[in-house]
Amino acid sequence: MIQVRDLHKHFGDLHVLKGINLDVNKGEVLSVIGSSGSGKSTLLYCLNSLEQIQQGSVHVDGIDVHAKSTDVNKLRQKLGMVFQQWNSFPHLTVLENVALAPRIVKGKSKEEAIAMAEKQLKHVGLGDKFKHYPNSLSGGQQQRLAIARALAMEPEYMLFDEATSALDPEKVGEVLDTMRLLAEEGMTMICVTHEMGFAKEVSDRVAYFHHGIMEEIGPPEQIFGAPQSEHTRKFLANVR
Amino acid sequence: MQDSISFFTGFGVNDLWFLGEAALKTLWISVLSISIGTLLGTFFGWVLHEGKLAATLTIAPVLDVFRSVPLIIQLVLFYNFAPIIGLNFDPFVSGVVILTFYTAALVANVARGGIEAVPPSMRRASRSLGMSYWQDLFHVVLPIGGRAVFPAWIGVVLGVMKDSALVSVLGYVELLKASQVLITRTQEPLLILAIAGAFYFALSYPISRYAHKFEQRWSK
Ligand SMILES: Nc1ncnc2c1ncn2[C@@H]1O[C@H](COP(=O)(O)OP(=O)(O)OP(=O)(O)O)[C@@H](O)[C@H]1O
Ligand SMILES: [Mg+2]
Repeated sequence: MIQVRDLHKHFGDLHVLKGINLDVNKGEVLSVIGSSGSGKSTLLYCLNSLEQIQQGSVHVDGIDVHAKSTDVNKLRQKLGMVFQQWNSFPHLTVLENVALAPRIVKGKSKEEAIAMAEKQLKHVGLGDKFKHYPNSLSGGQQQRLAIARALAMEPEYMLFDEATSALDPEKVGEVLDTMRLLAEEGMTMICVTHEMGFAKEVSDRVAYFHHGIMEEIGPPEQIFGAPQSEHTRKFLANVR
Repeated sequence: MQDSISFFTGFGVNDLWFLGEAALKTLWISVLSISIGTLLGTFFGWVLHEGKLAATLTIAPVLDVFRSVPLIIQLVLFYNFAPIIGLNFDPFVSGVVILTFYTAALVANVARGGIEAVPPSMRRASRSLGMSYWQDLFHVVLPIGGRAVFPAWIGVVLGVMKDSALVSVLGYVELLKASQVLITRTQEPLLILAIAGAFYFALSYPISRYAHKFEQRWSK
Protein backbone atom coordinates (compact mmCIF):
# COMPACT_ATOMS: atom_id res chain seq x y z
CA MET A 1 0.00 0.00 0.00
CA ILE A 2 1.07 3.56 -0.68
CA GLN A 3 0.82 6.05 2.19
CA VAL A 4 1.39 9.74 1.62
CA ARG A 5 1.51 11.92 4.72
CA ASP A 6 1.55 15.72 4.80
CA LEU A 7 3.60 15.85 1.61
CA HIS A 8 5.03 19.24 0.65
CA LYS A 9 6.98 19.89 -2.52
CA HIS A 10 8.62 23.16 -3.52
CA PHE A 11 10.40 24.12 -6.73
CA GLY A 12 12.38 27.07 -5.40
CA ASP A 13 9.74 29.60 -4.38
CA LEU A 14 6.95 27.67 -6.03
CA HIS A 15 4.92 25.63 -3.54
CA VAL A 16 3.63 22.85 -5.78
CA LEU A 17 2.22 20.30 -3.32
CA LYS A 18 0.75 21.69 -0.12
CA GLY A 19 0.27 18.92 2.38
CA ILE A 20 -1.05 15.87 0.56
CA ASN A 21 -2.48 12.96 2.56
CA LEU A 22 -3.41 9.91 0.54
CA ASP A 23 -3.64 6.13 0.96
CA VAL A 24 -3.79 3.81 -2.01
CA ASN A 25 -4.63 0.21 -1.23
CA LYS A 26 -3.46 -2.89 -3.05
CA GLY A 27 -5.69 -3.64 -6.02
CA GLU A 28 -7.15 -0.17 -6.09
CA VAL A 29 -7.38 2.05 -9.17
CA LEU A 30 -7.12 5.74 -8.39
CA SER A 31 -7.57 8.39 -11.05
CA VAL A 32 -6.12 11.82 -10.47
CA ILE A 33 -7.71 14.74 -12.27
CA GLY A 34 -7.18 18.47 -12.10
CA SER A 35 -6.18 21.43 -14.18
CA SER A 36 -2.74 22.00 -15.64
CA GLY A 37 -0.10 22.93 -13.10
CA SER A 38 -2.03 21.61 -10.10
CA GLY A 39 0.82 19.22 -9.20
CA LYS A 40 -0.48 15.87 -10.47
CA SER A 41 2.72 14.84 -12.26
CA THR A 42 4.83 16.08 -9.40
CA LEU A 43 2.89 13.89 -7.00
CA LEU A 44 3.69 10.79 -9.09
CA TYR A 45 7.37 11.73 -9.28
CA CYS A 46 7.45 12.06 -5.49
CA LEU A 47 6.04 8.55 -5.10
CA ASN A 48 9.06 6.89 -6.75
CA SER A 49 11.60 9.50 -5.73
CA LEU A 50 12.14 10.98 -9.17
CA GLU A 51 11.59 14.20 -7.24
CA GLN A 52 12.75 14.97 -3.71
CA ILE A 53 10.28 16.27 -1.14
CA GLN A 54 10.66 19.05 1.39
CA GLN A 55 8.30 17.87 4.10
CA GLY A 56 6.18 14.87 5.02
CA SER A 57 6.66 11.29 3.92
CA VAL A 58 5.78 8.63 1.37
CA HIS A 59 5.75 4.95 2.30
CA VAL A 60 5.39 2.14 -0.23
CA ASP A 61 4.74 -1.22 1.42
CA GLY A 62 6.21 0.25 4.58
CA ILE A 63 9.39 1.49 2.89
CA ASP A 64 10.13 5.15 3.50
CA VAL A 65 10.69 6.32 -0.10
CA HIS A 66 12.65 9.44 0.76
CA ALA A 67 14.80 8.03 3.57
CA LYS A 68 18.53 8.29 2.92
CA SER A 69 18.96 4.57 3.56
CA THR A 70 16.40 3.55 0.92
CA ASP A 71 17.77 2.02 -2.28
CA VAL A 72 15.66 3.95 -4.78
CA ASN A 73 16.73 1.79 -7.72
CA LYS A 74 15.30 -1.20 -5.91
CA LEU A 75 12.22 0.66 -4.78
CA ARG A 76 11.43 1.87 -8.31
CA GLN A 77 11.12 -1.73 -9.47
CA LYS A 78 7.95 -1.88 -7.38
CA LEU A 79 6.47 1.13 -9.16
CA GLY A 80 6.15 0.91 -12.92
CA MET A 81 5.72 4.27 -14.58
CA VAL A 82 4.33 5.35 -17.93
CA PHE A 83 4.77 8.90 -19.13
CA GLN A 84 3.01 11.20 -21.53
CA GLN A 85 5.97 10.87 -23.93
CA TRP A 86 6.39 7.18 -24.71
CA ASN A 87 10.20 7.34 -24.52
CA SER A 88 10.91 4.13 -26.44
CA PHE A 89 14.63 3.47 -26.74
CA PRO A 90 15.12 4.11 -30.48
CA HIS A 91 18.32 2.07 -30.77
CA LEU A 92 16.73 -1.15 -29.56
CA THR A 93 14.13 -3.43 -31.10
CA VAL A 94 10.75 -3.64 -29.45
CA LEU A 95 11.81 -6.89 -27.76
CA GLU A 96 15.13 -5.45 -26.57
CA ASN A 97 13.35 -2.33 -25.26
CA VAL A 98 11.40 -4.51 -22.88
CA ALA A 99 14.19 -6.97 -22.06
CA LEU A 100 16.84 -4.37 -21.22
CA ALA A 101 15.84 -3.44 -17.68
CA PRO A 102 15.06 -6.99 -16.51
CA ARG A 103 18.52 -8.00 -17.72
CA ILE A 104 20.66 -5.14 -16.41
CA VAL A 105 18.61 -4.06 -13.40
CA LYS A 106 17.25 -7.37 -12.16
CA GLY A 107 20.22 -9.37 -13.41
CA LYS A 108 18.09 -11.90 -15.26
CA SER A 109 19.73 -14.11 -17.83
CA LYS A 110 19.26 -13.15 -21.45
CA GLU A 111 16.81 -16.02 -22.01
CA GLU A 112 14.73 -15.13 -18.96
CA ALA A 113 14.66 -11.46 -19.89
CA ILE A 114 13.59 -12.27 -23.45
CA ALA A 115 10.91 -14.65 -22.23
CA MET A 116 9.57 -11.97 -19.89
CA ALA A 117 9.65 -9.40 -22.68
CA GLU A 118 7.77 -11.70 -25.06
CA LYS A 119 5.15 -12.39 -22.41
CA GLN A 120 4.54 -8.71 -21.64
CA LEU A 121 4.51 -7.67 -25.29
CA LYS A 122 1.86 -10.28 -26.02
CA HIS A 123 0.03 -9.02 -22.95
CA VAL A 124 -0.31 -5.53 -24.47
CA GLY A 125 -1.03 -6.84 -27.97
CA LEU A 126 2.37 -6.33 -29.57
CA GLY A 127 3.14 -10.01 -30.05
CA ASP A 128 3.82 -9.47 -33.76
CA LYS A 129 6.29 -6.60 -33.36
CA PHE A 130 9.26 -8.17 -31.55
CA LYS A 131 11.83 -7.44 -34.23
CA HIS A 132 10.55 -4.00 -35.22
CA TYR A 133 12.22 -0.78 -34.22
CA PRO A 134 10.08 1.70 -32.28
CA ASN A 135 10.08 4.34 -35.01
CA SER A 136 8.09 1.96 -37.22
CA LEU A 137 5.32 1.83 -34.60
CA SER A 138 2.40 4.21 -34.18
CA GLY A 139 2.15 6.39 -31.08
CA GLY A 140 -0.42 4.09 -29.55
CA GLN A 141 1.79 1.06 -30.15
CA GLN A 142 4.79 2.84 -28.66
CA GLN A 143 2.80 3.73 -25.58
CA ARG A 144 1.75 0.10 -25.21
CA LEU A 145 5.42 -0.79 -25.59
CA ALA A 146 6.16 1.59 -22.71
CA ILE A 147 3.52 -0.21 -20.64
CA ALA A 148 5.04 -3.62 -21.47
CA ARG A 149 8.48 -2.31 -20.59
CA ALA A 150 7.26 -1.20 -17.18
CA LEU A 151 5.37 -4.47 -16.60
CA ALA A 152 8.45 -6.55 -17.40
CA MET A 153 9.95 -5.37 -14.11
CA GLU A 154 7.00 -7.09 -12.40
CA PRO A 155 5.93 -3.97 -10.50
CA GLU A 156 3.28 -4.04 -7.81
CA TYR A 157 2.01 -0.59 -8.68
CA MET A 158 1.64 1.22 -11.97
CA LEU A 159 1.76 5.00 -12.22
CA PHE A 160 0.38 6.56 -15.40
CA ASP A 161 1.07 10.22 -16.10
CA GLU A 162 -1.34 11.30 -18.82
CA ALA A 163 -0.47 8.23 -20.83
CA THR A 164 -2.86 9.18 -23.62
CA SER A 165 -2.41 12.95 -23.81
CA ALA A 166 0.21 12.97 -26.56
CA LEU A 167 -1.63 10.50 -28.78
CA ASP A 168 -3.68 11.08 -31.89
CA PRO A 169 -7.35 10.84 -30.90
CA GLU A 170 -7.85 7.58 -32.79
CA LYS A 171 -4.99 5.92 -30.86
CA VAL A 172 -6.27 6.82 -27.39
CA GLY A 173 -8.69 3.90 -27.25
CA GLU A 174 -6.11 1.14 -27.63
CA VAL A 175 -4.00 2.48 -24.78
CA LEU A 176 -7.01 2.98 -22.51
CA ASP A 177 -8.07 -0.59 -23.33
CA THR A 178 -4.67 -1.85 -22.22
CA MET A 179 -4.94 0.14 -18.99
CA ARG A 180 -8.43 -1.21 -18.46
CA LEU A 181 -7.11 -4.73 -18.93
CA LEU A 182 -4.48 -4.19 -16.23
CA ALA A 183 -7.12 -2.81 -13.89
CA GLU A 184 -9.27 -5.90 -14.45
CA GLU A 185 -6.28 -8.11 -13.67
CA GLY A 186 -6.07 -6.45 -10.28
CA MET A 187 -3.06 -4.18 -10.80
CA THR A 188 -2.85 -1.30 -8.34
CA MET A 189 -2.86 1.85 -10.45
CA ILE A 190 -2.62 5.59 -10.06
CA CYS A 191 -3.66 7.26 -13.28
CA VAL A 192 -3.25 10.96 -13.85
CA THR A 193 -5.67 11.51 -16.68
CA HIS A 194 -7.80 13.91 -18.65
CA GLU A 195 -9.97 11.04 -19.86
CA MET A 196 -13.05 11.53 -17.69
CA GLY A 197 -14.80 8.54 -19.24
CA PHE A 198 -11.95 6.28 -18.21
CA ALA A 199 -11.81 7.81 -14.73
CA LYS A 200 -15.52 7.27 -14.29
CA GLU A 201 -15.66 3.67 -15.51
CA VAL A 202 -12.43 2.16 -14.33
CA SER A 203 -11.48 3.88 -11.08
CA ASP A 204 -12.39 2.85 -7.60
CA ARG A 205 -11.71 6.39 -6.48
CA VAL A 206 -11.05 9.71 -8.17
CA ALA A 207 -8.97 12.52 -6.67
CA TYR A 208 -9.33 16.10 -7.79
CA PHE A 209 -6.24 18.31 -7.45
CA HIS A 210 -6.46 22.07 -7.27
CA HIS A 211 -3.42 24.34 -6.87
CA GLY A 212 -1.36 21.76 -5.01
CA ILE A 213 -4.14 20.62 -2.72
CA MET A 214 -6.13 17.43 -2.97
CA GLU A 215 -9.44 19.20 -2.99
CA GLU A 216 -11.66 16.15 -3.06
CA ILE A 217 -11.37 12.37 -3.24
CA GLY A 218 -14.09 9.80 -3.47
CA PRO A 219 -15.78 7.18 -5.62
CA PRO A 220 -16.49 8.26 -9.20
CA GLU A 221 -20.20 8.51 -8.46
CA GLN A 222 -19.44 11.19 -5.90
CA ILE A 223 -16.88 13.15 -7.92
CA PHE A 224 -18.84 13.08 -11.16
CA GLY A 225 -22.35 12.86 -9.72
CA ALA A 226 -22.36 14.93 -6.57
CA PRO A 227 -19.05 16.73 -6.03
CA GLN A 228 -18.69 18.19 -2.56
CA SER A 229 -16.32 20.96 -3.53
CA GLU A 230 -17.18 24.05 -5.49
CA HIS A 231 -13.78 23.82 -7.27
CA THR A 232 -14.43 20.25 -8.39
CA ARG A 233 -17.81 21.21 -9.74
CA LYS A 234 -16.36 24.13 -11.71
CA PHE A 235 -13.54 22.03 -13.12
CA LEU A 236 -15.88 19.30 -14.30
CA ALA A 237 -18.30 21.79 -15.77
CA ASN A 238 -15.46 23.09 -17.90
CA VAL A 239 -14.04 19.80 -19.14
CA ARG A 240 -17.36 18.46 -20.29
CA MET B 1 67.69 1.71 -62.81
CA GLN B 2 65.37 -1.18 -63.40
CA ASP B 3 62.90 -0.38 -60.65
CA SER B 4 62.66 3.33 -61.26
CA ILE B 5 59.96 4.68 -63.49
CA SER B 6 62.13 6.40 -66.01
CA PHE B 7 59.87 9.17 -67.25
CA PHE B 8 59.38 10.49 -63.72
CA THR B 9 62.92 11.63 -63.30
CA GLY B 10 64.24 10.84 -59.91
CA PHE B 11 60.97 9.48 -58.48
CA GLY B 12 61.27 5.74 -57.95
CA VAL B 13 59.30 2.89 -56.50
CA ASN B 14 61.38 3.22 -53.37
CA ASP B 15 60.02 6.70 -52.95
CA LEU B 16 56.52 5.37 -53.22
CA TRP B 17 57.34 3.00 -50.38
CA PHE B 18 58.76 5.91 -48.46
CA LEU B 19 55.48 7.79 -48.88
CA GLY B 20 53.45 4.72 -48.03
CA GLU B 21 55.37 4.25 -44.83
CA ALA B 22 54.86 7.92 -43.99
CA ALA B 23 51.13 7.50 -44.62
CA LEU B 24 51.12 4.67 -42.09
CA LYS B 25 52.79 6.99 -39.62
CA THR B 26 50.09 9.60 -40.24
CA LEU B 27 47.52 6.87 -39.68
CA TRP B 28 49.24 5.70 -36.49
CA ILE B 29 49.59 9.12 -34.91
CA SER B 30 45.97 9.88 -35.81
CA VAL B 31 44.61 6.60 -34.48
CA LEU B 32 46.44 7.07 -31.19
CA SER B 33 45.41 10.69 -30.69
CA ILE B 34 41.85 10.18 -31.83
CA SER B 35 41.18 7.16 -29.62
CA ILE B 36 42.71 8.58 -26.46
CA GLY B 37 41.37 12.06 -27.24
CA THR B 38 37.87 10.71 -27.80
CA LEU B 39 37.81 8.90 -24.46
CA LEU B 40 39.19 11.93 -22.68
CA GLY B 41 36.89 14.31 -24.56
CA THR B 42 33.84 12.21 -23.75
CA PHE B 43 34.76 12.42 -20.09
CA PHE B 44 35.23 16.19 -20.35
CA GLY B 45 31.91 16.53 -22.15
CA TRP B 46 30.23 14.63 -19.35
CA VAL B 47 31.83 16.94 -16.78
CA LEU B 48 30.68 19.99 -18.72
CA HIS B 49 27.16 18.56 -18.96
CA GLU B 50 26.95 17.71 -15.28
CA GLY B 51 28.09 21.27 -14.67
CA LYS B 52 29.78 20.64 -11.35
CA LEU B 53 31.04 24.15 -10.75
CA ALA B 54 34.67 23.55 -9.80
CA ALA B 55 35.26 21.08 -12.61
CA THR B 56 33.61 23.28 -15.19
CA LEU B 57 35.59 26.31 -14.09
CA THR B 58 38.86 24.44 -14.51
CA ILE B 59 38.14 22.37 -17.62
CA ALA B 60 36.14 24.76 -19.76
CA PRO B 61 38.83 27.49 -20.12
CA VAL B 62 41.59 24.94 -20.77
CA LEU B 63 39.52 23.31 -23.52
CA ASP B 64 38.84 26.74 -24.98
CA VAL B 65 42.58 27.33 -25.25
CA PHE B 66 43.14 24.03 -27.07
CA ARG B 67 40.26 24.76 -29.42
CA SER B 68 41.18 28.33 -30.27
CA VAL B 69 45.00 28.47 -30.43
CA PRO B 70 46.18 27.27 -33.86
CA LEU B 71 47.48 23.73 -33.67
CA ILE B 72 50.82 24.59 -35.17
CA ILE B 73 51.50 27.08 -32.37
CA GLN B 74 50.50 24.55 -29.71
CA LEU B 75 52.84 21.98 -31.21
CA VAL B 76 55.85 24.28 -31.41
CA LEU B 77 55.27 25.73 -27.95
CA PHE B 78 54.82 22.35 -26.33
CA TYR B 79 57.79 20.76 -28.09
CA ASN B 80 60.09 23.60 -27.09
CA PHE B 81 58.85 24.33 -23.60
CA ALA B 82 58.09 20.83 -22.28
CA PRO B 83 61.81 20.10 -21.71
CA ILE B 84 61.95 23.09 -19.36
CA ILE B 85 59.62 21.31 -16.95
CA GLY B 86 61.56 18.10 -17.44
CA LEU B 87 59.47 16.44 -20.15
CA ASN B 88 61.83 15.35 -22.89
CA PHE B 89 59.45 14.06 -25.50
CA ASP B 90 60.49 13.19 -29.04
CA PRO B 91 58.49 14.74 -31.89
CA PHE B 92 56.18 11.73 -32.11
CA VAL B 93 55.17 11.76 -28.44
CA SER B 94 54.86 15.54 -28.41
CA GLY B 95 52.62 15.31 -31.46
CA VAL B 96 50.46 12.63 -29.88
CA VAL B 97 50.11 14.60 -26.64
CA ILE B 98 49.02 17.80 -28.35
CA LEU B 99 46.80 16.11 -30.93
CA THR B 100 45.17 14.13 -28.12
CA PHE B 101 44.26 17.23 -26.14
CA TYR B 102 43.21 19.01 -29.30
CA THR B 103 40.92 16.09 -30.18
CA ALA B 104 39.63 15.96 -26.60
CA ALA B 105 38.78 19.66 -26.68
CA LEU B 106 36.77 19.20 -29.88
CA VAL B 107 35.13 15.96 -28.75
CA ALA B 108 34.15 17.50 -25.38
CA ASN B 109 31.67 19.78 -27.12
CA VAL B 110 30.43 16.99 -29.36
CA ALA B 111 29.96 14.70 -26.35
CA ARG B 112 28.12 17.32 -24.37
CA GLY B 113 25.85 17.84 -27.34
CA GLY B 114 25.27 14.08 -27.45
CA ILE B 115 24.25 13.90 -23.81
CA GLU B 116 21.94 16.85 -24.28
CA ALA B 117 20.39 15.22 -27.34
CA VAL B 118 18.77 12.65 -25.04
CA PRO B 119 15.54 14.18 -23.76
CA PRO B 120 15.23 14.41 -19.96
CA SER B 121 11.97 12.49 -20.13
CA MET B 122 13.85 9.55 -21.70
CA ARG B 123 16.28 9.53 -18.82
CA ARG B 124 13.47 9.77 -16.27
CA ALA B 125 11.89 6.77 -17.97
CA SER B 126 15.02 4.66 -17.65
CA ARG B 127 15.51 5.72 -14.04
CA SER B 128 11.87 4.83 -13.35
CA LEU B 129 12.67 1.28 -14.50
CA GLY B 130 15.19 1.07 -11.68
CA MET B 131 18.30 1.78 -13.73
CA SER B 132 21.07 3.47 -11.78
CA TYR B 133 22.63 6.71 -12.95
CA TRP B 134 25.47 4.77 -14.59
CA GLN B 135 23.23 2.16 -16.20
CA ASP B 136 21.18 4.95 -17.74
CA LEU B 137 24.37 6.65 -18.92
CA PHE B 138 25.86 3.56 -20.58
CA HIS B 139 22.79 1.74 -21.86
CA VAL B 140 20.61 4.69 -22.88
CA VAL B 141 22.49 7.99 -23.11
CA LEU B 142 25.66 6.63 -24.74
CA PRO B 143 23.98 4.75 -27.61
CA ILE B 144 21.28 7.35 -28.27
CA GLY B 145 23.42 10.45 -27.82
CA GLY B 146 26.36 8.76 -29.55
CA ARG B 147 24.32 8.16 -32.68
CA ALA B 148 22.99 11.69 -32.62
CA VAL B 149 26.48 13.20 -32.72
CA PHE B 150 28.24 10.48 -34.72
CA PRO B 151 28.44 12.62 -37.89
CA ALA B 152 29.94 15.48 -35.88
CA TRP B 153 32.47 13.10 -34.37
CA ILE B 154 33.43 11.77 -37.81
CA GLY B 155 33.99 15.39 -38.80
CA VAL B 156 36.43 15.73 -35.88
CA VAL B 157 38.19 12.49 -36.87
CA LEU B 158 38.71 13.56 -40.47
CA GLY B 159 39.82 17.01 -39.36
CA VAL B 160 42.36 15.68 -36.88
CA MET B 161 43.71 13.26 -39.47
CA LYS B 162 44.42 16.13 -41.83
CA ASP B 163 45.71 18.37 -39.03
CA SER B 164 48.15 15.66 -37.99
CA ALA B 165 50.22 16.87 -40.97
CA LEU B 166 51.25 19.77 -38.76
CA VAL B 167 53.33 17.45 -36.58
CA SER B 168 55.80 17.62 -39.47
CA VAL B 169 56.98 20.99 -38.12
CA LEU B 170 58.54 19.09 -35.23
CA GLY B 171 60.49 16.94 -37.69
CA TYR B 172 58.34 13.82 -37.43
CA VAL B 173 58.37 12.22 -40.87
CA GLU B 174 54.72 11.62 -41.57
CA LEU B 175 53.07 11.96 -44.95
CA LEU B 176 53.47 15.69 -45.45
CA LYS B 177 57.06 15.83 -44.19
CA ALA B 178 57.97 12.87 -46.39
CA SER B 179 56.53 14.67 -49.39
CA GLN B 180 58.58 17.75 -48.63
CA VAL B 181 61.74 15.65 -48.42
CA LEU B 182 61.00 14.09 -51.79
CA ILE B 183 60.10 17.39 -53.40
CA THR B 184 63.41 18.86 -52.34
CA ARG B 185 65.24 15.91 -53.86
CA THR B 186 63.29 15.30 -57.05
CA GLN B 187 61.99 18.78 -57.78
CA GLU B 188 58.66 17.22 -58.72
CA PRO B 189 56.26 19.08 -56.40
CA LEU B 190 53.06 18.56 -58.37
CA LEU B 191 53.48 14.84 -58.84
CA ILE B 192 54.49 14.22 -55.24
CA LEU B 193 51.80 16.40 -53.72
CA ALA B 194 49.25 14.66 -55.91
CA ILE B 195 50.44 11.30 -54.64
CA ALA B 196 50.44 12.54 -51.04
CA GLY B 197 46.93 13.90 -51.56
CA ALA B 198 45.87 10.54 -52.91
CA PHE B 199 47.21 8.88 -49.77
CA TYR B 200 45.25 11.28 -47.54
CA PHE B 201 42.18 10.54 -49.58
CA ALA B 202 42.83 6.81 -49.28
CA LEU B 203 42.97 7.21 -45.50
CA SER B 204 39.87 9.38 -45.16
CA TYR B 205 37.54 7.96 -47.78
CA PRO B 206 36.95 4.57 -46.13
CA ILE B 207 36.13 6.37 -42.91
CA SER B 208 33.49 8.58 -44.44
CA ARG B 209 32.13 5.61 -46.43
CA TYR B 210 31.77 3.46 -43.35
CA ALA B 211 30.38 6.36 -41.35
CA HIS B 212 27.75 6.88 -44.01
CA LYS B 213 26.83 3.19 -43.91
CA PHE B 214 26.38 3.26 -40.14
CA GLU B 215 24.23 6.35 -40.30
CA GLN B 216 22.03 4.72 -42.91
CA ARG B 217 21.68 1.56 -40.87
CA TRP B 218 20.70 3.56 -37.79
CA SER B 219 18.25 5.80 -39.52
CA LYS B 220 16.05 2.96 -40.72
N1 LIG C 1 11.38 20.65 -12.52
C1 LIG C 1 10.61 21.72 -12.23
N2 LIG C 1 11.16 22.91 -11.89
C2 LIG C 1 10.39 23.98 -11.60
N3 LIG C 1 9.06 23.96 -11.61
C3 LIG C 1 8.44 22.83 -11.94
C4 LIG C 1 9.18 21.65 -12.27
N4 LIG C 1 8.30 20.66 -12.56
C5 LIG C 1 7.08 21.20 -12.42
N5 LIG C 1 7.14 22.49 -12.04
C6 LIG C 1 6.01 23.39 -11.78
O1 LIG C 1 5.22 22.78 -10.77
C7 LIG C 1 3.83 23.00 -11.02
C8 LIG C 1 3.12 21.66 -11.05
O2 LIG C 1 3.57 20.95 -12.17
P1 LIG C 1 3.02 19.51 -12.56
O3 LIG C 1 3.75 19.09 -13.76
O4 LIG C 1 3.06 18.62 -11.40
O5 LIG C 1 1.52 19.86 -12.92
P2 LIG C 1 0.42 18.90 -13.56
O6 LIG C 1 -0.74 18.93 -12.65
O7 LIG C 1 1.01 17.60 -13.87
O8 LIG C 1 0.04 19.70 -14.88
P3 LIG C 1 -0.22 19.15 -16.37
O9 LIG C 1 -1.65 18.76 -16.44
O10 LIG C 1 0.08 20.35 -17.22
O11 LIG C 1 0.72 18.04 -16.60
C9 LIG C 1 3.74 23.77 -12.33
O12 LIG C 1 3.55 25.13 -12.01
C10 LIG C 1 5.08 23.56 -12.96
O13 LIG C 1 5.44 24.67 -13.72
MG1 LIG D 1 1.56 16.65 -15.69
